[in-house]
Amino acid sequence: MPAAVALALLGVPLLGMLLRADWAHLPGLLVSRRSLDALQLSLSTCAISTLLVLVLGVPTALVLARSTGPWVGVARTAVTIPMVLPPVVAGLALLTTLGRRGLIGGPLAGVGIEIGFTTVAVVIAQTFVSLPFLVISLEGALRASGSDYEAAASYLGARPSRVFWRVTLPMAAPALLSGTALAFARALGEFGATLTFAGSLQGVTRTLPLEIYLLRESDSDLALALAVVLLAAAVVVVGLATRLRAWSSHG
Amino acid sequence: MRRRVAPVAAAAVLLLAGCGASSPAAPTPAGSSASTAAEAPLPKSIVFAAASLSKVFPEISGDADIAYSFDGSSGLVDQLKGGARADVFASADKKNMDKAVSAGLVDGEPTMFATNYLVLVVAAGNPAGVTGLDASLDGAKLVTCAAEVPCGAATARLTKAKGVTLKPVSEESSVTDVLGKVTSGEADAGIVYATDASGAGGKVETIEIEGAKADPNTYWIALVKGAPDRAAGESFIRAVMSADGQQRLAGYGFGAPR
Repeated sequence: MPAAVALALLGVPLLGMLLRADWAHLPGLLVSRRSLDALQLSLSTCAISTLLVLVLGVPTALVLARSTGPWVGVARTAVTIPMVLPPVVAGLALLTTLGRRGLIGGPLAGVGIEIGFTTVAVVIAQTFVSLPFLVISLEGALRASGSDYEAAASYLGARPSRVFWRVTLPMAAPALLSGTALAFARALGEFGATLTFAGSLQGVTRTLPLEIYLLRESDSDLALALAVVLLAAAVVVVGLATRLRAWSSHG
Repeated sequence: MRRRVAPVAAAAVLLLAGCGASSPAAPTPAGSSASTAAEAPLPKSIVFAAASLSKVFPEISGDADIAYSFDGSSGLVDQLKGGARADVFASADKKNMDKAVSAGLVDGEPTMFATNYLVLVVAAGNPAGVTGLDASLDGAKLVTCAAEVPCGAATARLTKAKGVTLKPVSEESSVTDVLGKVTSGEADAGIVYATDASGAGGKVETIEIEGAKADPNTYWIALVKGAPDRAAGESFIRAVMSADGQQRLAGYGFGAPR
């Protein structure tokens, strides 16, 4: 029974949105210049931020999973915090750090580098909020699978890089996939931090969620149509990851 | 198809509205509910008002027991359409009040109770040396409201009337976001309402825009159809229109209705 309630709570609002959407006019609404700009910006920034998440997140998860000591707990907390921050707070944190008068942004502005109002700011905001999803899910898997197999492999003469690519990574592949998908989906939905930190300009910083938020003011049909697109993209990404995960844990 | 969704949305809105109205521990902006914590919660008058009124309205209502919901005007209209209960609706522009009227949400004629006009604000000290809507904006980071929201529509009308083309680095979805970008120093200049500029105190400097006062934004107030507490709603509207109410509005930078 609780499971049914949970499914209804999660599913019915999405279903409601799909029922309300103006399907007949959907294609026409979506090919407007600004919709395409928003979609393209969202997909490209999410691709970059997901790549950054992988590059930064995989080593972080590995270090956290294979280390002990008091600092690991501190580091894990630090990694988890962006996950539980309200998005606007995340945006304020980025603004006070990387903004023109910020801790790091100030000196950068001094040498002519300004991050605010650029696409770079969008990517940073997305990376900031989605990185924890990968690190947490991958670290959990790495910790659970243990390091016995790695120890065995290196005892048998495998070099560390070979151990990583042939033992560690394959064992953690399902978690890596779902973590990546979650991170991508989170980046795609990123709204508050972008709005607070990056601004909103068509083709530069106005991603799909920002466009939906703005269109709600004037054209709720188009807002709903774009919401369906966002939902579809999220379903494809998460669905693909679930499929791949099932496949890789059997193989 | 459409009918099936409405009850779900309405239930969600009611649920949210209920949370705000029935919790006796939540302090109201008027700070008047402290004594009711031990007693049964009294029925409150509910006022839906544009976010820009969040400071002045509680001051006007004083000790009257009122639960406020401050939000963007269009969001408030959406909530009323969804069946949210309210006695009074105060809109920050005519467009959204018209929307409420044509949706049959309003009882009687709306009344204009204040005006507000656009000004240019720059960060304290005016580091970019902006002097107005002129060539001094070249190379400066200007932030405006997007044309979809009332302040952006007003900005578009004003620049069109003046024959100026702006190149903002960002078009925000609320006037608060525009002001935030300027007070944080992220942007050099922004176009906001006079009331926002006066609310920001010393964090910004205000530059008047010539012609802005000729076409001000108008604020409208009306009783909501089927108001749970009609008498309280009417007395709130009277308080806003009273000499004292108008004086307090002026204190926050609002102009008189016309």
